[in-house]
Amino acid sequence: MAEVTYLEALRQGLWEEMERDERVFILGEDIGIYGGAFKVTEGFLAHFGPSRVIDTPISEAAIVGAAAGAAHMGLRPVAEMQFIDFISCAYDMLTNYVATARYRTGLATPLVVRGPSGGYVRGGPFHSQMPEAAFFHTPGLKIVCPATARDAKGLIKAAIRDEDPVIYLEHKYLYRRIKEDLPEGEDLLTPIGRARLARQGTDLTILTYSAMVFKALEAAEEIAASDGASIEVVDLRSLVPMDDEAIMQSVRKTGKVLIVHEDTRTGGVAGEITARINEQAFEWLDGPIMRVTAHDTPLPYSPPLEDFVLPQTADIVKAARWLLAY
Amino acid sequence: MAAPATQRLAIPAGLSRQQVLDIYYFLRLTRSLEERLVNLYRQGKVIGGLYRSLGQEGESVASAYALEPGDILSPLIRNLGSLLVKGAKPVDLFRQYMAKATGPSRGRDTNVHFADLERGYLGNISHLGDMVPVMAGVALSFKLRRESRVGLVYVGDGASSTGAFHEGINFAAVQRLPLIVILENNGYAYSTPTSRQTAVQRLADKAKAYGIPGVTVDGNDVFAVYAATREAADRARSGGGVTLIEVVTYRRKGHAEHDDQRYQPKEELEHWANHDPLDRYTARLVASGWAEAEELAGVDARVARELDDALALAEQEPMPAGESALSGVLACPSAAPLLWFRRR
Repeated sequence: MAEVTYLEALRQGLWEEMERDERVFILGEDIGIYGGAFKVTEGFLAHFGPSRVIDTPISEAAIVGAAAGAAHMGLRPVAEMQFIDFISCAYDMLTNYVATARYRTGLATPLVVRGPSGGYVRGGPFHSQMPEAAFFHTPGLKIVCPATARDAKGLIKAAIRDEDPVIYLEHKYLYRRIKEDLPEGEDLLTPIGRARLARQGTDLTILTYSAMVFKALEAAEEIAASDGASIEVVDLRSLVPMDDEAIMQSVRKTGKVLIVHEDTRTGGVAGEITARINEQAFEWLDGPIMRVTAHDTPLPYSPPLEDFVLPQTADIVKAARWLLAY
Repeated sequence: MAAPATQRLAIPAGLSRQQVLDIYYFLRLTRSLEERLVNLYRQGKVIGGLYRSLGQEGESVASAYALEPGDILSPLIRNLGSLLVKGAKPVDLFRQYMAKATGPSRGRDTNVHFADLERGYLGNISHLGDMVPVMAGVALSFKLRRESRVGLVYVGDGASSTGAFHEGINFAAVQRLPLIVILENNGYAYSTPTSRQTAVQRLADKAKAYGIPGVTVDGNDVFAVYAATREAADRARSGGGVTLIEVVTYRRKGHAEHDDQRYQPKEELEHWANHDPLDRYTARLVASGWAEAEELAGVDARVARELDDALALAEQEPMPAGESALSGVLACPSAAPLLWFRRR
């Protein structure tokens, strides 16, 4: 066992897949000699060479489009968005081309688009986004959001091996803050579409993903210590496909549901989860399904503003207490 | 400049007599197939729009014919000819236009939006320009695997205004990918004339911005388009990278069959009718002694028979079952869930 950061775990996963399968190659902006804006691909160019580590122009539509064409031909491209905020520049390519290719033509498009997501880093409106809702709505794309180092590694490996296009949203706040002992020399794979029970509980379920998993766990510990209530935390890990079974199992157990995500509220993933619980487990509910999310604004960079807009542990504690008392 | 008599009879661009007849077959097949489709459209049997390539068959067929079997092209709605050259069968097109279960897209996407990488084509999507980056990726796979293969992507004068066109061609140029971009300047993007699409006088000049060769050819001269594409393919295969070929042609019909063409001047239509690529090609074949008129009439008859057979087959085939719409969005899970209000 060796202690690795979330970022190192992701890096290891990429590296191992490139070692394992010569069809895997990576492309993106400044990923070669510079090793990527966050050094996820540091050392890759020297080891794998310029034909498998491709520095591209500032050109997200070309990066994703070229990845799609190469994937049709049997290669396994992993495209990096320097910040995930720029994935919107490839929105057309992802939603109109990549997402529909298999359905329309039967062609496989096994590519991964990954990049640093999320806020709490004072990055402002264009270096802090959580873009999942924009793609969650489009049939034909898978979306994964690892919270732990183990899943950062296990999900990138699973995404690369998947036959479908996968958007892999890593959280930049977690890159060097999260550390975990991971086994060496073992093929760590996290199945796509399966949630993880992050904390067992009996009184209330928090459904969440990505960096919010840790805020939810903090809130659960605080409430356990002060109120004695038992909160269950489910780390969804995969948004498409979503593990409805794990969600409903927890809902049936606790009867109360709080959904927490960092993305803005309106049209966010929490709304869809709420609808699914309503359809599949309504009679098990002992209270309304509540949400803790970002406020509906672009994300400002000044610390008091960012802290105000984004969900904080105290918000989760407050919402959970309200729901526990319902 | 008069050429010596012995050279006047030589077929240009290194083509053999059999190849010249082959090209004639594909030109005739394209035109006749579209004429059959017009009849079906008027009978209400075509589902969706019908986009004619009348007047543009020459460049479609000639450019595709200049490729090798392993090469892959991406057609536009007016490149039926290039699809046929690459091995698409008339029955595929009838099935596709009639939205049959047996069609190459199984009733999912319209007209020429379908793919067969074994035969060598990857159909476009409606978002014009998007196939340039995608075909750059196809060409990238050739380069990474050191395969002697070439990609060819068609774009129109309108698509050359899109961001995807720019991003794709720039990426391919920087990577020196084996890619040919055929820029079809057919005068109009729907109703918008090329002069309102771009301030560039000669569309091939756009190549300068990418540091790649750009040539302009008479798109209604089959031999000229064949030779230019052949040269670009040779360059691509030998590591010379991307070539932009502007083919100057004319869209003799409207954007689609419903379009009354009110914006196309009558004299302009007449001018281009007199410069039709199939007429020009036929006249040149006969005048140069490369084919006899009777021989060509024989090809016409063969095309008519093939289309009769294909249409008879496609017409009696079934439409897709509604529930089949749910499969194949993803590899896993293999079908979208059936919604409760549709359960039996």
